[in-house]
Amino acid sequence: MTTLLLFNITNGLIIGAFYVLMALGLSLILNLSNVINFAHGGFLVIGGYIAWTLSPYLGFWGSLIVAPFLTAIIGLIIERFMIRRLYGRDPLYSLLLTFGFAFIIEDGTRYIWGAQGKPVSVPAILAQPLSYDFFFLTGYRVFMVAVVAIAVVVLFVLLRYTRAGVRIRAGTLDLETVAALGVNVRALRSLNFAVGIYLAGLSGVLASGQLGLESTMGTGLLMPSFIAIIVGGVGSLTGTLLGGLLIGVASGITTVFLPQASEAVMYVIMALVLLIRPRGLLGEEGMMT
Amino acid sequence: MRLAVVAGMWILLALAPFWMPFLGGYTALGTRVLVLALAAMSVNFLLGFTGVLSFGHAAWFGLGAYGCGLSLKFLAFSTPLGLLMGTLLGGVAGALLGALMVHRRGVYFAMVTIAFGQVFYYIAFQWSSLTGGDDGLRGFARQPIELGFLRFDILHDDRAFYYFVLICFAIIVSIMGFILRSPFGHTLIAIRENERRARFLGIPIERHIWIAFTLSCFFMAFAGSLYALVNNFADPRGLHYSLSGDFVIMAVMGGMRSFWGPLLGAVLFEVLQDYISSVTVNWMSFIGMLVVVVVLFFPRGILGLVRQPRAA
Repeated sequence: MTTLLLFNITNGLIIGAFYVLMALGLSLILNLSNVINFAHGGFLVIGGYIAWTLSPYLGFWGSLIVAPFLTAIIGLIIERFMIRRLYGRDPLYSLLLTFGFAFIIEDGTRYIWGAQGKPVSVPAILAQPLSYDFFFLTGYRVFMVAVVAIAVVVLFVLLRYTRAGVRIRAGTLDLETVAALGVNVRALRSLNFAVGIYLAGLSGVLASGQLGLESTMGTGLLMPSFIAIIVGGVGSLTGTLLGGLLIGVASGITTVFLPQASEAVMYVIMALVLLIRPRGLLGEEGMMT
Repeated sequence: MRLAVVAGMWILLALAPFWMPFLGGYTALGTRVLVLALAAMSVNFLLGFTGVLSFGHAAWFGLGAYGCGLSLKFLAFSTPLGLLMGTLLGGVAGALLGALMVHRRGVYFAMVTIAFGQVFYYIAFQWSSLTGGDDGLRGFARQPIELGFLRFDILHDDRAFYYFVLICFAIIVSIMGFILRSPFGHTLIAIRENERRARFLGIPIERHIWIAFTLSCFFMAFAGSLYALVNNFADPRGLHYSLSGDFVIMAVMGGMRSFWGPLLGAVLFEVLQDYISSVTVNWMSFIGMLVVVVVLFFPRGILGLVRQPRAA
């Protein structure tokens, strides 16, 4: 029983780490650009497929590094030519645009890479379990969590200590003032969008090693990321981090006792948070209005 | 002029079963479009006239469908009762959850509505003993309407069913129009135009938005109940947020600032989707591109183009 519980908590943490990586990207874009990026799951899938295509040439490690960058470039192009035109308008339009893109990406990846799911092999060094007592702790899972942890730390350090990072955080609170101080808000938003998409691409590469590749896999990870943001509090990246881990672990624990409710428990948590603490765990007062 | 156009539209709708076959349509498609149009108009009641974007309205639509189906399957073989139960299920659920959500605005409201909408998708998906899970709810059928002296065989006669749906559509749309013309409706438009000013005038914003949301949920659930009758079937995809997206697109495509826009949008969207998916397997890409084009180039929709341009 303890092993089972431990297994599912670990599982929950790993899944939670995925949610965190997705949700942080979504959250960055939402905070600065006021865009709900419905295509985020699509970018995850693109990242996975690019890595799959590149891996015969670059190997696993090379594609792990290159694929998220290429995904970010695709994201940047879409931002530059489409989404940017909608910033001044009702958020409804950018939401619909990314909604349309989610369709195009899902269908496009299926067209290019086929409807059949693609198995993804990970390097042998990561494929073995670390110990026989804890058979579920394969090297790859530990590696995944480690990559997520590094990505999160790097992101937070960048946001804290670089000039662009400080501007992004300032823009989240008051974009008008940031613009009035002479910051190029357009470039800032593009950069921010690209970082968000980079994170989506990275989660795609990591996820494909664990789950295999399918053109629909992004959609399933999108909704938990939304919930992670709402639970953690809109406007707070630390909150998003916390929210993602919380719902991941909660659904992991629920799997032990009531498997069919593992998905529902996230929504229950969200409802409770909205009821008791409407701004989310770490949300700023007034951010969610 | 306006009156003539609206009258012409009603005549077109009333004669649809007679002219549609010449354009390659069929009565069942007309019925479905009419139901989806009612749903899109319900979304637009909130989106276009209150300025509140709900991206999870498919939940109330789907709940209506399940409520109607379950009532026909387990309660009684009665179409009106099914409609009533479906409308109540979706509407009451919407009213309760709406109270939790109305304090959010803009994208955050949209996000919370999506997330809560998905709750019902998972319930319908997981609770297979009641809902049939992924396979959907089967084993019920719409029942002929008995009015004592008159009998509408809406089960076997496609045309009779079309007219039944058209009458329902007309009733709900009249209620919507009546509400929007009332002082309450004007208040909603005031909130849409300038929420802060409306608040300073002493209007309880949250309560108004909640009432508008609730009304819209009831309309939506009614449309969903009709949809269950159209298909004699209800499935979890009827609750999914991508259907909510379809409704919003219909509203935007037709013109969300006009009352009849969503009807036009629904007709176009459904006919296009019906056509595209019959000629290519990549219909999703085409629908996606259609959405992108509408958003980038026709944000005010078709009726928005026809009308006098005005500041949005």
